[in-house]
Amino acid sequence: MTDVGRHPRITLYTLSEVVDVKGYVGNFDVRILKKARYVNEKECTACGECAKVCPVVRPDEFNLGLSSRRAIFSPFPQAVPSAYVINIAECLGHNPVVCAKCVEACDKGCINFHMSDEEIVETVGSIVVATGLEVYDPTEMDEYGYTRFPNVVTSLEFERLINAGGPTGGEVLRPTDRKPPRSIGFVQCVGSRSAKRGGSYCSNICCMNTVKSTLMLKEHYPGVDIKVFYIDIRAFGKGFEDLYTRSRRLGVHYLRGLPGTVAEGPDRGLIVSVENTATGKLETHHLDMLVLALGMKPASSTQRLQEMLGLQLTPDGFFLEAHPKLQPVDAATRGVFYAGCAESPKDIKESVTQASAAAARAIRLMHKGEITTEPITSMVVAEACKSCGKCAEVCPYNAISVDVKRKTPAVVNTAACAGCGTCAAECPFDAIVMNHFTDDQILHQVHALLEEDSKEKVLAFACNWCSYAGADFAGVSRLQYPPNVRIIRTMCSGRVDEKFVWEGFRMGAPVILVSGCHIGDCHYIDANHWTEKRVAKIHKKMAKLGIRPERLQLEWISAAEGVRFAEVMKRMEALREQVSFDEIAETVRILTE
Amino acid sequence: MEATVLVKETEPAAENPRIGVYVCHCGLNIAQTVDCRRVAESTALLSDVIVSKDIGYACSEPGQQQIKDDIREYELDRVVVASCSPRLHEPTFRQMLQSSGLNPYLLEMANLREQCSWVHMKDPEGATRKAQDLVKMAVSRIRLLQPLQEDTLPLTPRTLVIGGGVAGIQAALDLADNGYDVVLVEKRPTIGGVMAQLDKTFPTMDCSI
Repeated sequence: MTDVGRHPRITLYTLSEVVDVKGYVGNFDVRILKKARYVNEKECTACGECAKVCPVVRPDEFNLGLSSRRAIFSPFPQAVPSAYVINIAECLGHNPVVCAKCVEACDKGCINFHMSDEEIVETVGSIVVATGLEVYDPTEMDEYGYTRFPNVVTSLEFERLINAGGPTGGEVLRPTDRKPPRSIGFVQCVGSRSAKRGGSYCSNICCMNTVKSTLMLKEHYPGVDIKVFYIDIRAFGKGFEDLYTRSRRLGVHYLRGLPGTVAEGPDRGLIVSVENTATGKLETHHLDMLVLALGMKPASSTQRLQEMLGLQLTPDGFFLEAHPKLQPVDAATRGVFYAGCAESPKDIKESVTQASAAAARAIRLMHKGEITTEPITSMVVAEACKSCGKCAEVCPYNAISVDVKRKTPAVVNTAACAGCGTCAAECPFDAIVMNHFTDDQILHQVHALLEEDSKEKVLAFACNWCSYAGADFAGVSRLQYPPNVRIIRTMCSGRVDEKFVWEGFRMGAPVILVSGCHIGDCHYIDANHWTEKRVAKIHKKMAKLGIRPERLQLEWISAAEGVRFAEVMKRMEALREQVSFDEIAETVRILTE
Repeated sequence: MEATVLVKETEPAAENPRIGVYVCHCGLNIAQTVDCRRVAESTALLSDVIVSKDIGYACSEPGQQQIKDDIREYELDRVVVASCSPRLHEPTFRQMLQSSGLNPYLLEMANLREQCSWVHMKDPEGATRKAQDLVKMAVSRIRLLQPLQEDTLPLTPRTLVIGGGVAGIQAALDLADNGYDVVLVEKRPTIGGVMAQLDKTFPTMDCSI
C-alpha cells in the first residue's frame, strides 16, 4: 500500500469518483470529482492531536461500528495517504466555524475549512476497472437473528474482533458480556448459493475464510469448541485442502446442514436448530457466539460505471468479460480491463493474479505508442447529401458535422466514429455508406436467405456485442432451439435500416426479428434508442398497409442471456408457424405494388 | 507470438471475384451434426466460388496453410470460412489473409458452430440446411466486400485504475513499475479496500496489510 503512495508514476486521488468518461481507446477523457478532505494531505503527519480535541464521537466504519472515532479521523493506522480527514457532515460546523478545536490543535496548520470539491480532468489510454465488492447484508435472513441477537456477528466483524489492531486488541470477546466465548458456530453460504436471498452464485472465499478463522481461534484459544454449519466445503485452491485438514485435526466440527432457526438462550447464548444432512437427524446446538460467513455482492457503483463505459454485466450483476476463457480480463469495450472482484468473487491471490494480467493487457495495448483505428466507419456520399442534419442528430458520438443553414454536405470525423451505422440507417437520402455493412451487402444476404423456401425461415438481425454474443452463448451452453432462424450480424441494432425489413417481407419472410442490447446497455451509448423508434415506426406502417405488426419483433438480449436467446428463438418459430402461405403472398402483393 | 510478415497487398479484381470457401469440421464439434461435405458441395455450385472444400480444423496451422496454398494456386481474392463464431477467430483468419497478401477485410465467416451445430444437435438435417443457407449468405455478402485500411492515431500511455483495493493496487504498481503513468481513483479516504479490514489471510496466514 505504501508503495502506491510514494511511487513517482502513480497519481492517487482518494475521496474521488469518476463522474464521466468520453472518448475511446487510446485517448479517454476522464472527469474525476475529488471531494474536499479539509486536511492538507501532504503536510499532515498523522500525529493525531486534532482527533484528541474533537468533541464529535461517531461509530468507526473501518471497525464496522465496534469502536468509535471522531469527526476528524484517520481510517486506520496504515492508511494511504497517511493523513487525517474530516467528515464534514458530522463536524459541528465549518461554515460558519463553530468549534475549530482541531484547527487550534494542529501545529502545522494543515486543517483548512475553505477547501472545496475539485473537478479534475485526466486523459488516459486505457482503463482498469477494479471496483471490488460489497459484502452481503444478512439482516433480511431473519432466521439467523443478526441484529436481533448481539452475539450473532458477521464474518467481517469477526475479522475486526480477532485483529490485533482491532477494537478489542485481537481478543475475541462476546459483544454482550465482553468475555471470550467458549463455543463458536460458523454459518456458511450466507447470501450465497440461494435462489431467494443474496446471490445464487458461490462467493468463492467464505469456506476458506472460515477455515482460516477456525485455525486462528484454535491458535489463540486451544480449548474453544467450534462448529461449522455448511452445505459443502469448497477447498479447491492450492494448499487449501491442507488448511481444511488441519482445521479438522484440531477438532473443529464440520456439520453438513444450514441452521433452520437461531434463538437466544437465557445466558444470551444461541440455540441453533439444524438438520444434520449427514446423519438425517435434527440437532440442537448451544453456542456462545455465532459468525455468519457473508457472501459478496457487486459494488454499488457497478451499474453507473457500466453505463458510463458501455460495459456489460452478467445476470448476477458482476462485469462480463469479453470471453470467459480466452479474454478473461478484457471488457468487450476496447481499452477497458477488469481486475479483482469487479468481475466475480475472488480471493486475494486470484485478485492479484488478475490485476497483473489486466496490467499486462493494458501494456500490450499501449506499448506501441499508437492505436490502430477501426476502419468500419461511415462515409458520406457528398453528391447525394441534402444537408438535412438527421445523421448528426442521431450520431451517439457527435462524430458527424453538417451545416444545415449553408447546405454543405455532412462530414464524418472517422477518428470519433465508432461504426454503429445508425446514421446510414436513418439517412433519408441513402447518402451515407456504412463500410463493411453497406446496404447492398446486407440486402444481398437477405436475398440469399429468402430466395428459396422463404416460408420456412426466420430472418433475425443481431447486434455484434449483445444479441449475437447471446446467440453464441446459447451455443456454448448447448441450448437447443429450432433450426429455422438465420442471423444477419450488424455491429449495432441501430444499423438495421427500414428497407432491410421491407425487403425481407417483400421477399416472403414470414417473420423478422430485430435484436440488440438492452436499453441503457448499448455498446454505442444510446444508438439502440433509434432502433426502438424505427421499429415502432415500421409497426405503424405495417398496420396501415394491412400487414400484421406482430410479424416484426424487437427483442433486447444481452451477451449473457443465452437462455433468453433460445427462448426468443422458440417464440419466433411459434410465430412463424402461424403465418400462412396466403398471408405471405398477400404481403408480397402489397409491397410489390 | 507470430512475427508479422509484411506482404504487399494485391488489389482485388473489380469484376468477377474469385471466392474460396472452407467448411470447417472443428473435429466433431460441427461435423457431428452438420454434413460439412454436403455444405461444401452445394456451395461449390454458387457463382464466383472457385474452390469450396470441407476441412478438419481451419484454424490449425495445416488448415491455414491449405487455405493459403489455395489462395496462391487459384488466385483467390476473398475467403469465406464457415466455422466457429467470428467473435472467436475472425482476427486469426484476417491475419491469415494479410500474410497471403489479401486485404484482411475480404474475409467473411459463417457461424456453423455456436449458432448451428451446437444448438441443433438433435436435427442434423435441419442444421445442415441452415448451414447451407448461412454459407450462401456469406458468399452473397463477400462478393460485395471492399478492402478497408486501418489508420493509426497517437495514444496516451497512461492508465486510469478505478478502485484502490488489492486488485487496483496491484494493477497500478505493475503498470507503474513498467514505466506507465497511472491515475488511481479511490472513493474512500484511503486505499486498501476490504482487504485492509481482514486480519490474517489464507493460504499463507499472514497479515493483509
